[in-house]
Amino acid sequence: MRRRSITAVLAIALPALAACGAGSADSGGRAQLSLVAYSTPQAAYEQLIKAFQATPAGRNITFTKSFGASGDQSRAVEAGLKADILAFSLEPDMTRLVKAGLVAEDWKAGPTNGMVTDSVVVIATRKGNPKNLRTWDDLTRPGVEVITPNPFTSGGARWNVMAAYGAASNKGADRAAGVAYLKTLFGNVAVQDDSARKSLQTFTSGKGDAILAYENEAIFAQQHQQQLDYTVPDATILIENPVAIARKSAHPTEAKAFLDFLYSAKGQQIFADNGYRPTVGSQPSFPTPGRLFTIADLGGWTTVNKDFFDPNTGIVAGIERSFGVSVDKK
Amino acid sequence: MARYLLRCTALVYLLLLLVLPVGLIGWRTFEHGLRPFVDSLTTPEALHAFRVTIVVALWAVAANTVFGVGAAILLVRHRFPGKRLLGALIDLPLAVSPVVVGLALILLYGRFAPLGGFLERLGVQVIFATPGMVLATVFVSLPLVVRAVAPVLEEMGDEQEQAARTLGASSWQTFRRITIPGIRAALGYGVVLCLARALGEYGAVAVVSGRLVGQTQTLTLFVEERFQNFSEGDAFAAATALALVAVVTLLLTKLLSPKGGT
Amino acid sequence: MAVTETPTRERAPEPQAPPAGRPARARHRAGTGLGLGTAMVYLSLVVLIPLALVVWRSMERGPAAFWQAVRTPDAWAALQLTVLASLAVAVINLVMGTVIAWVLVRDRFPGKRLVDALIDLPFALPTIVAGLVLLALYGPSSPLGVDLAYSRAGVVVALLFVTLPFVVRTVQPVLLELDRDMEQAAWSLGAGPWYTFRRIILPNLLPAMVSGTALAFTRSIAEFGSTVLISGNLPFKTQVAAVHIFGQIESDHQLGAAAVSTVLLVVALLVLVTLDLVQRWGARRG
Repeated sequence: MRRRSITAVLAIALPALAACGAGSADSGGRAQLSLVAYSTPQAAYEQLIKAFQATPAGRNITFTKSFGASGDQSRAVEAGLKADILAFSLEPDMTRLVKAGLVAEDWKAGPTNGMVTDSVVVIATRKGNPKNLRTWDDLTRPGVEVITPNPFTSGGARWNVMAAYGAASNKGADRAAGVAYLKTLFGNVAVQDDSARKSLQTFTSGKGDAILAYENEAIFAQQHQQQLDYTVPDATILIENPVAIARKSAHPTEAKAFLDFLYSAKGQQIFADNGYRPTVGSQPSFPTPGRLFTIADLGGWTTVNKDFFDPNTGIVAGIERSFGVSVDKK
Repeated sequence: MARYLLRCTALVYLLLLLVLPVGLIGWRTFEHGLRPFVDSLTTPEALHAFRVTIVVALWAVAANTVFGVGAAILLVRHRFPGKRLLGALIDLPLAVSPVVVGLALILLYGRFAPLGGFLERLGVQVIFATPGMVLATVFVSLPLVVRAVAPVLEEMGDEQEQAARTLGASSWQTFRRITIPGIRAALGYGVVLCLARALGEYGAVAVVSGRLVGQTQTLTLFVEERFQNFSEGDAFAAATALALVAVVTLLLTKLLSPKGGT
Repeated sequence: MAVTETPTRERAPEPQAPPAGRPARARHRAGTGLGLGTAMVYLSLVVLIPLALVVWRSMERGPAAFWQAVRTPDAWAALQLTVLASLAVAVINLVMGTVIAWVLVRDRFPGKRLVDALIDLPFALPTIVAGLVLLALYGPSSPLGVDLAYSRAGVVVALLFVTLPFVVRTVQPVLLELDRDMEQAAWSLGAGPWYTFRRIILPNLLPAMVSGTALAFTRSIAEFGSTVLISGNLPFKTQVAAVHIFGQIESDHQLGAAAVSTVLLVVALLVLVTLDLVQRWGARRG
């Protein structure tokens, strides 16, 4: 009966479908590593992977890569996205996975505290900087449109916000001044995209007068013939980007080999070529801001997340809500 | 006079909305010749995207063809209560937004969901993997084969099938020798529509795929990702490739279409 | 989808006995049962249960939480924009779709068949390609100097593109089948073309026009891929419901995503059910 044949086809198809999905993990004896990363270093990682595959350690390793907003990617891994190497924009996205048992607790044990690259928050403008926006105060001038991503989905946005806060509050000493500044700044924010890369897209498509971005994003845009200039403000935050191996990785040795490559001279050089400040060794071509501070100066991410980014009681959540932007969790 | 006005209005509208945009993409893609087009489409990522797209589409079309023919026969040749409801349920996917499709599948097949968790323990990952993308594609193209085959099946009438059965043919023989040839053109039409829909799906797979470049990135996702990375050339090339596929499917449907069009 | 019943006829047995086994009717019924069962399992696993879970998830914390999720400022703005833009698009399609169908049926000009074939292109083209295509012509690097990116006009243009074929393709067959005798009669009695159209042709076209418009509307409210690029997804300004839902899913705000999804599903269902009722009422009237 045709019903039987249909059922038969389905009975064959379903397991085959399953095999199709699961089977692509190991293609013929070669190890396949899955890299899950935040949005901005896509170009860098693609070069790093190629360079790694040219080394003896990386010869028989293939990669799948996923790039997206740091927070979203972290949540996706928590929800089941398979990963071997994790690279996020900021530490809390890694800590979330430590709590979920997906990353070992000693991921920070190395000499660089688990941070593979650094950067700083810069103010990027149209080429020629027609509105002359160079300082934090310039951004709060009336009529200036600032682009920055949504801090509740994008890691990059939290760096931007804390850079602004730290600069305005003198490294956290004057909280009232800092918060007041943030309120005025968000009044000038026209769009809040999900991720740092999307906000760069928005800016280069013609929206806004200035964008708060990582230095490496601004460099990336310039490398791709986008018409923008950027200024490194005197007071800004040091962005530190964590990387780690997933605890349940099917190929821990290969993953570790890739991780080591990221920290090697060659790896760090590739990062530098893509606009990232290396954490191993130094790169003289990157200017050092006079009043550089780190998240530790502002109390560390745990405190900062609680005070500023808690969806219910955080300072930034309150500011966002006053502008009608959704910050609600489940 | 009125005729010219109407003609003008219609043609200008179509020009601005349809012809110019599509033409521009072709122009921008081939602006510098064929070489950049070919180069963009032969990078490992692009080839991977082609492969993923084709695999997912073929599975979806196969499943929906089997279902489509079966459901059409069920609806036209059988009697049962709730037939009208079944017809409406089959048409349901047409009214659902692609992102809602993705969400719906995550809620059932995601890792923390009832069926998803169970499958995960068996080693089958649905969401963020190929099976999830196939499911999403099956969902959005589900009604197409049924809707193409059912009217023709009805028009065909079952006299021949009845005759065959009384002459001793088994159901399978009847199906293979009488029903299938009768609906062949309509089936082809439905399959082509289903394939076109499957190849072009974007929203639903964007939600369930996990954006794994090189594993779960279809050609449509590739277009978006390349564009977001300022690689306009790659994005346009892939877009043109997809547009060419669309044009080919259009021609095929015109050839196979049952009299009267859609 | 019209469905007719084909009565199973029992023929008088041939002198040569038919193959042994259960009588044809029982076998047929078993086939119906098995077929229906298989179809329902397939439908349930792919469509019905997942959609039911969306609605269930949205109501999981009670109606208050549901409404709160729907009424958050950006969700509500997205829904408003979606419905209003879709209504605008539906109206424009109603007019332009009929005009285009008219021109394709009643007019003659070189290249008409090519134009006719092109109408279906938005059906076949992937939505993201449509978005890219429109962005190229009406975005920041537009050769025409028209920049609709990050504007509501951009959203409307994207929706017009994807819904182009709906009204045209429902009206066209009706126009083709139209009996010209009444028109001829009206003309010979001195009626002007507009009068003829209004009183004689339009009433015949109206059901098809309404049907196509309703389909265009339901397609519009669900649209995602083509709006993603050109609209820029500015919350409160150009973010449509589908894009909002996408953002909610990515941020793991399942309740918010499910709530807005349920609203979209209900609206679509209402439109389609109304359309079905109107069509049945119209058919009864003759």
